[in-house]
Amino acid sequence: MVSIRDLEKKEIESYLAEAAKMEKLLNRPKSELLKGKVIASMFFEPSTRTNMSFQAAAKRLGAKIMTFYPGTSSTAKGETLGDTIRMIDGYVDAIVLRHPSEGAARFASDLALHPVINAGDGGNQHPTQTLLDLYTIKKLKGKISGLKVALLGDLKHARTMRSLLFGLAMFGAKVTLISPPALRMDEDVLAEVKEKFGAIPKQTSEMSLAGFDVLYVCRIQKERFSDPMEAERMQKDFRVDLEALKSANKNLAILHPLPKVDEIPPEVDFDPRAKYFEQAKNGVPVRMAVLYKAIKG
Amino acid sequence: MPLNVQKLQEGTVIDHLAAGTGSRVLSLLSMSYPISKVAALILNAKSKKSGRKDIVKIEGVFLDEKTTNQIALISPSATINIIRKGKVESKRQVEMPKTVPGVLACPNQKCITNLERAKTTFLLAGKGQLRCRHCERLFSADELV
Repeated sequence: MVSIRDLEKKEIESYLAEAAKMEKLLNRPKSELLKGKVIASMFFEPSTRTNMSFQAAAKRLGAKIMTFYPGTSSTAKGETLGDTIRMIDGYVDAIVLRHPSEGAARFASDLALHPVINAGDGGNQHPTQTLLDLYTIKKLKGKISGLKVALLGDLKHARTMRSLLFGLAMFGAKVTLISPPALRMDEDVLAEVKEKFGAIPKQTSEMSLAGFDVLYVCRIQKERFSDPMEAERMQKDFRVDLEALKSANKNLAILHPLPKVDEIPPEVDFDPRAKYFEQAKNGVPVRMAVLYKAIKG
Repeated sequence: MPLNVQKLQEGTVIDHLAAGTGSRVLSLLSMSYPISKVAALILNAKSKKSGRKDIVKIEGVFLDEKTTNQIALISPSATINIIRKGKVESKRQVEMPKTVPGVLACPNQKCITNLERAKTTFLLAGKGQLRCRHCERLFSADELV
């Protein structure tokens, strides 16, 4: 599980089906599907949801988790990622890896004998996030194909949005991309989904939320701007507040990868259309499915 | 004034290079092969196909697959002519390789291949573009060579 590009539609469907089975297990006494297995959790970057949900998933399956702390490990002495992976691979049955370098998970999976699960490699991939996004949409709406989905925010920098567009295009959703003109999705991503899936997403800078089944929001990455005021202005124009949601469908599902800052104000959290905390919760069954299939095949 | 360039007896003629790419090809060859014998670089020669072309001739050198792949990345229109005993023994057009393993550096400084001892691999992604197998960024062949 390194990149969403490695997965075919059938394989993604199989993960989503497995995640649905895992969700049912959550309400039963502790499962022992991965009893006796040891999983390494190696997070070289801060993480709340991904880290905690992988740990919860492993524990719910009866596996033991070994946590690697880069600050107090030999990484602090200058040990390479390659050496660290080779060594830890000898201790465990699977490795969950988050690393700031793009391609780190591919590199690790080439070296390790056990499965490596990419929990985010810099600005590149975060495949389990894409799976949980697709799982959430399918669970809420019963399907993905034909749904009208808007992706809103900083579409240029957010890896989540690039991977999700890939997944949505694969399943035949009708995607609209809403962003400031300067933060549009890269042309090469659009060319790829057109070539592979025949998808041609609509692009707009108009903040009109009427008619969508799903609205997926991400924050404007202010740290990427040399002028913070410019970022602030863009964020204000593309804020999803109750006023902006007035024209939206009653059965709209508002999703967000979290953490959210001010792109969605707190009052929206109480709107029944806000589904982002439920989405985050889905991280557990989806990651249970990923761990189970990685280890037990 | 016509320009006369000595005929090769044993060696390689790289013909139909896109105009402006000949010096890069010669520079590439000089990294892979010790060019101690005769070598010629012809720039902006007339071409029926493309109007202008560059040509590289090297005595005593026969290209391996790795170098041929690199030439394809620089100029996909190039042809490789093998010369034996003063005559053209074989002629073939270069092909853009589907994968380019272990030759090119990834221009993305955040790519793990620039930070660890990792061999790069680039995968052909259509229209002269290649995707880094590690960081998955897309580059034009021109950016990589």
